[in-house]
Amino acid sequence: MNPRHIGADFRIVARSYFRNPLALFFSLIFPIILIGLFGLIFSSTASGTVSLEVLNEDHNSALSIQFLSALNETHIVQAVVVEDPSVTPANFATWLGQNDHPVGLVVPDGFAANFSRNQAVNMTVYTNPQDAASSGEAVFAVSGVANGFNLRAANGTALIQVPPAKTVGSQILTYIDFLIPGLIGFSILTSPMFSMVDIASSYRKEGIFRQLSLTPLTRAEWLTSRIAWYVLLTFVSAGIMIATGVYLFGAHVGVTLGMVPFLVVGPFLFVSLGMLAGSVTKTPESAALIGNIITFPMMFLSGTFFPVSQFPTGLQAFAHVLPLYYVIDGMNQVMLFSNTSLALSDLAVIFVSAVVVFALAIRFFQWRDE
Amino acid sequence: MPTAIEVRSLVKRYGTLAAIGGVDFSVPAGTVFAFLGPNGAGKTTTTEILEGLRRRTSGDVRVLGLDPWTEGRTLHRRIGVIPQDFRFFEKITPKEAVEYYRTLFHTDVDPGRLLAQVELLDKMHARFDTLSGGQKQKLGLALALTNNPEICFLDEPTTGLDPHARRAIWAVIRNLKREGRTVFLTTHYLEEAELLADQVAIIHHGRIIAAGTPGEIIRIHGIPPRISVEGPEELAGYLRAHLTASVFSERGRVEVELADRRDALKILSAIEESGIPWQAFETRQDTLENVFVRLVGQMDDGALKSEAPG
Ligand SMILES: Nc1ncnc2c1ncn2[C@@H]1O[C@H](COP(=O)(O)OP(=O)(O)O)[C@@H](O)[C@H]1O
Ligand SMILES: [Mg+2]
Repeated sequence: MNPRHIGADFRIVARSYFRNPLALFFSLIFPIILIGLFGLIFSSTASGTVSLEVLNEDHNSALSIQFLSALNETHIVQAVVVEDPSVTPANFATWLGQNDHPVGLVVPDGFAANFSRNQAVNMTVYTNPQDAASSGEAVFAVSGVANGFNLRAANGTALIQVPPAKTVGSQILTYIDFLIPGLIGFSILTSPMFSMVDIASSYRKEGIFRQLSLTPLTRAEWLTSRIAWYVLLTFVSAGIMIATGVYLFGAHVGVTLGMVPFLVVGPFLFVSLGMLAGSVTKTPESAALIGNIITFPMMFLSGTFFPVSQFPTGLQAFAHVLPLYYVIDGMNQVMLFSNTSLALSDLAVIFVSAVVVFALAIRFFQWRDE
Repeated sequence: MPTAIEVRSLVKRYGTLAAIGGVDFSVPAGTVFAFLGPNGAGKTTTTEILEGLRRRTSGDVRVLGLDPWTEGRTLHRRIGVIPQDFRFFEKITPKEAVEYYRTLFHTDVDPGRLLAQVELLDKMHARFDTLSGGQKQKLGLALALTNNPEICFLDEPTTGLDPHARRAIWAVIRNLKREGRTVFLTTHYLEEAELLADQVAIIHHGRIIAAGTPGEIIRIHGIPPRISVEGPEELAGYLRAHLTASVFSERGRVEVELADRRDALKILSAIEESGIPWQAFETRQDTLENVFVRLVGQMDDGALKSEAPG
C-alpha cells in the first residue's frame, strides 16, 4: 500500500463528488432531512401531552376543578373543558368522533356531593382504539389521579411512592437521543452500500477498472481510498445530524472521542461489503438486487429507528447477526450510556468483520477479464 | 533489431467460439505494426492479450520479453495503452487526469507539455464528460504516454473521428515512431495502415490472411497494374486480337494488364495503331484497399460455399 497512490485516488474521488451537485446535496441535506423528519414525528407524540376533552356535568364544583388540575399535573394529559352547551353525555361520543378528539372524560353530575358522602361515582373515559397511545395514556392518567383521590378519601397513606420517572442512562434521555446514533448508523450503512454496489458494476462496464489495472494502483489501494472518502463523509454527516438534533430538538447526546472508532470502522466495513456485493455479480441489475437484499433488512432491524430490545425474541436473534447492529449498539454505548467495555466488544465484532469483508472484496473484485 | 512483440500460435476461445484461431507474428522494436481487419475479426482480443488484460487460451506471447498475463504489473510500467472506446472519470479534467497518472507512475512529466503534444492544451481544464470523441481519444493518448512507454498499443484510435481529428492522431503516432517507440495499432481503415505502418497484418475471423509491408502485400495478393484508356468496345476487341495480355472493357474504359513493365510501349503502340479514337491515358495500380476487400470477400465466399450443402 502506497499512501501517495491512495492520496492521488482520494483526490479523484473527492473532486468527482464535489462536481456532482446532486450527490453533494443529498449527502449534506439527507442527514438533516432524516433527523428532522424522525425528530418531528416522534418528539411530538413522545414528549407532548395528550389533550383530553372534559365534559364537566358537576357545575364546575371545587372538587371537580381540583381533579382536573391534578390531571394536568401528571403532564400526561391536558384537560380541555368543553364549553359548547349543546354537548351532553348522550351525544359526547359522537361529538368527539366528529371533531377528531381521540379521548374524552365525563365528570358526572353530583361528583363532589357523592365523593364527600363516600359514595361511588363513575368517571367515564372515552377512547379511540385507532389512537392506542393517547387512549392508554388518558386511561392511565385518569385512574392514577382517581387512586390518589380514593386514598385521600380513605385517609390512607401511600406506602409505595413513585417519584417522577427517570430515564435509562446517565442523563435524562428523550427519543431523539436514541434516534441520533441509530440514524448515524443508518447513513454509515446506506450511503456506501448503495454507491459502491453501483460503482462496482458501472466502472467494470465502462472499462474504468480495466484502465486502472494498467497503472501501478492496486485494488487494495483503490478500495482504501474509497473507504477514506466515506469515513470523511461519515464524520461530516454525523456532525450535521448531531447538530440538528441538539439545536432543533434539544437532544443531549454526548459527543465523545469514543465515537471516532465507530465512524471509521463502520464505513470500512460497509464500503467493503458494497464492493463485495457488486463484485460477486455479473450485471448491474443483479448487483443492485444483492445490494438491496443485504441493505434493507439491516436498515430497519439493527436498532436504527427502534431499540432492538423491543423486538420479538426471534427478530432480536436475527438482529444480532447484522453487523450494523454492533455499530449502532456501540455508538449507543459511548454516546448515551458511557459504557466503554460493551462499546469495545461491539467494536471488536465490527473490526473483525470489516477485515474479513475487505479481504473477500479484494479477492472477488477483479479489474481485468479472464 | 530486438523484437518488441513475439506471438506464436496464439489461440483465444470464448466458450466454443475461436475468436483467435492460431496467429503468429512479431514486431521489431521501433517500428509501427498495424493489425488490419473488419469488425469482429479479433483485433481487440489480440491487443488485450498483448496488454495483459485478457488471458490467452493457448500459444506463446512475449511483450518486451515478458508474459503479459502473469507479469502484467511489470509490463504495465513499460507500455502505454489506449483501449478502444477510452473512458475515464466523468468529472475529471485532462490536467487532473495526467497529474493522477503521474503520481501513480512516479514520473515527472509536465501536464501542459504532454497535453500540448497531443493537441489538447486548450481543453486541459474541461471535464471529461464535456470532451468530444476526438478529444477523449487524445486524452487517452496523453495518459498512455505519461510513463514514457517503450510500446504504445492503440486499438482503433481513430474510429468514428472526423478527418481533422484523425490527422491529429496520425501526427502523434508518427511522432511516437520518430521518438523510437514501438507502435501496435489496430484499424479497419486501409488508408491508416498504409500511411502509418511499417508492417501490416490483415486479420479476418481470427486468422492472419496476409502480412508484410503494404507494398509486399499488394505485390503478392494484388492484381498486376493496368494501362487504362477511354475508348469503345471495339478497341478492346482489336487489342485482344493483337496482344497476349488480358484485356478488360467496362463502362467506356479499356484496360490492359501490365504483367511486365517492359510491355508498356508495345501495348501503347497497339492502342495507337488500332486507329480507333481513344483518350485519357492512365496506369492503374491495385491498392491495399482493393486487396483487403478482395481477400476478405474471397474468404467469406469460401466460407459460404463450404457451408452450402453438397
Ligand atoms: N468477452 C467476450 N466474450 C465472448 N465473445 C467475445 C468477447 N469479446 C469478443 N468476443 C467475440 O470475439 C470476436 C472477436 O472480437 P474482437 O476481438 O472484439 O474483434 P475486433 O476488435 O476485431 O472488432 C467477435 O466475434 C466477438 O463477438
Ligand atoms: Mg475491436
